Amino acid sequence: MRETPLSTCERDFILSVIADRKRIDGRQTYDYRKIKIVFGIDRGCCSVELGKTRVLAQVSCEVTEPKQTRPTDGILFMNVELSPMACPSFESGRLSDEGVELNRLLERCIKESRCLDTESLCIVAGQKVWTIRIDIHVLNQEGNILDCASIAAITALVHFRRPDVTVSGEDVTIHELDDRDPVPLSVHHMPICVSFAFFDQGKFLLVDPENGEEKVMDGKMVIGMNKHREICTLQITGDMLLLKEQVLRCSNIAVVKVQEISELIQTALENDKTARSEGRKYGFAESIEREQITTHHTDITNVDMEDITKTNHETMDEEENQEQENSEENKVTILEKGTGIVGEGGRNSWLMSDDDEDVKIEPSIPNKSKKHKQKEKKEAYSFGDDSEEEETVVLDESDLHMIKKVPGSSDSVDLQSLKPSKSTPGKKKKKR
Amino acid sequence: MADHVGSLFLPGDLIQNLKESEATKKILLGPGLRQENDLILTSKPGILRFREPNVYWIDSPQKRYVPVKGDAVLGIVTQKMGDVFRVDVGASESATLPYIAFEGATKRNRPDVKVGDIVFARFSVANKDMEAELVCIDKHGRSNGMGVIRDGGFLHHCSINQVRKILNPENVLLKTLGKNMKFETAVGMNGRVWVKGRNINETIAIINALAVSEFMTNEQTLSMCKKLADSLAGF
Repeated sequence: MRETPLSTCERDFILSVIADRKRIDGRQTYDYRKIKIVFGIDRGCCSVELGKTRVLAQVSCEVTEPKQTRPTDGILFMNVELSPMACPSFESGRLSDEGVELNRLLERCIKESRCLDTESLCIVAGQKVWTIRIDIHVLNQEGNILDCASIAAITALVHFRRPDVTVSGEDVTIHELDDRDPVPLSVHHMPICVSFAFFDQGKFLLVDPENGEEKVMDGKMVIGMNKHREICTLQITGDMLLLKEQVLRCSNIAVVKVQEISELIQTALENDKTARSEGRKYGFAESIEREQITTHHTDITNVDMEDITKTNHETMDEEENQEQENSEENKVTILEKGTGIVGEGGRNSWLMSDDDEDVKIEPSIPNKSKKHKQKEKKEAYSFGDDSEEEETVVLDESDLHMIKKVPGSSDSVDLQSLKPSKSTPGKKKKKR
Repeated sequence: MADHVGSLFLPGDLIQNLKESEATKKILLGPGLRQENDLILTSKPGILRFREPNVYWIDSPQKRYVPVKGDAVLGIVTQKMGDVFRVDVGASESATLPYIAFEGATKRNRPDVKVGDIVFARFSVANKDMEAELVCIDKHGRSNGMGVIRDGGFLHHCSINQVRKILNPENVLLKTLGKNMKFETAVGMNGRVWVKGRNINETIAIINALAVSEFMTNEQTLSMCKKLADSLAGF
């Protein structure tokens, strides 16, 4: 699919904004977007977000034969995938010119800067070496993939652990992960790419161009640098003339940016390390920020509770629980944060039921809410007739207004003898 | 049974007890709902919505626009071809816009449209597997606000959901922003919003307000707009 063309209106606006020394997203000229580094559960898996741009890098290793010319060197292989998921104009399979350029730049930055000690990857000279492969997947493209990818690649490389190897005579043993602790790769330094976009024949300069700015820019300069101020890559593209001062200024900015990013990577790695050693949860799932979406909220649904009493009597018999002693209370019991029940029965017996007949709903009930409601209806939740799974849905406060339904073959919804106490009868919602 | 209207569904979820119209005993399934034999399943993740008497659909965030007849959209002219313009509307295929479909246009008097211009137009033809066609006039031959947009401003790309949200009469975003600053805007159903404020600063402020307000409630929008107005005024 073709890329969305840039309208003249956008182009003019972006240029005039830049000429005004501002940026559309409110950043300053030398500001990076927000960088977020997240690791996967596996070693060597790292996802980096740069604003909305997102790149995932995965490092893997295998034992191969070395190259004839370099019998004692391991091999580092880099592969960039630009999937149509990131941007509809990317084609799957063959790499576009853009993709080749990206791949090449990353290779120059990471492979040819010799930041990875390839000699330490040798197992038996001339026969067996480790091949380290970095797969870089671009997940979303909102400009400046290169910087994002270079951060992801180098962080993944540092994060990675390869299995330990022992050589005794001719025998090579590759130890399983639980047999011996895997060893980190020896990474000498961390080169990071910093992109500069130039406008108006190099008159204006921006760090970390986003999508629109990338489309409008005259040219781009990429500086690959490590925190020891060593330049690993330098590339200038586009048709513009640059002054010597501009290049020097860029490298000075790059020093600062690389310093900052290196620290960020270091802290991210430290955090992951402590999380792993202390046995806390780690990985992507843990790093998802919860309760981010604040809307999609519906108004409070009021429920008629009169019908429920009837239902309960029917279902009571089969359950006839032992918890009925404390049954005469009709207060809201808060079991734990976010979970509560109405009526007696204290503890929830549904959780223990081994048949898949039950439909469970535990809306969380705000302490004082007078209009709290328990959505308990007989037939209403009988979805998915043959579902074998049994699940409980615990809703938290923000979800309160949504009804959750759980598949189950139930025709019985049990709620032990619930008598409406604080309910406000005569509500609109009627069960059918 | 309108009980699970408003709740979240994931693809493959079974939906039962939908309310059928009394006269025809039929249910109208909108986007995101699919019939498989006698079951109704969801095919998109999102919130089940209902409109009287019997229309159901899944409201889900989506970036890709699918042309619908009658939708007002913002397109970018990509090509001039004989007697039509090709217009990119963000759909899988570009749409055509006949040069005759402008107010006051005749065979002699061609409208002044250049490649790269933004047009605010309406779909007159939008069928599956067919090229969509745009017009810039209403049924009386008047422009009615449609046509080429050329006097500056910025085209902001956002999600389809966001567009629906700002066009919702209950949403306060544009109204509140309008209290503090004057601006022109055109909202296309294809996830594009053209904004022009009095100056660059204000335009940027409005674009940022649009960008952040996607998942805000009205109250949050109000406080955000207040902060924005304060910062623009220099507090």
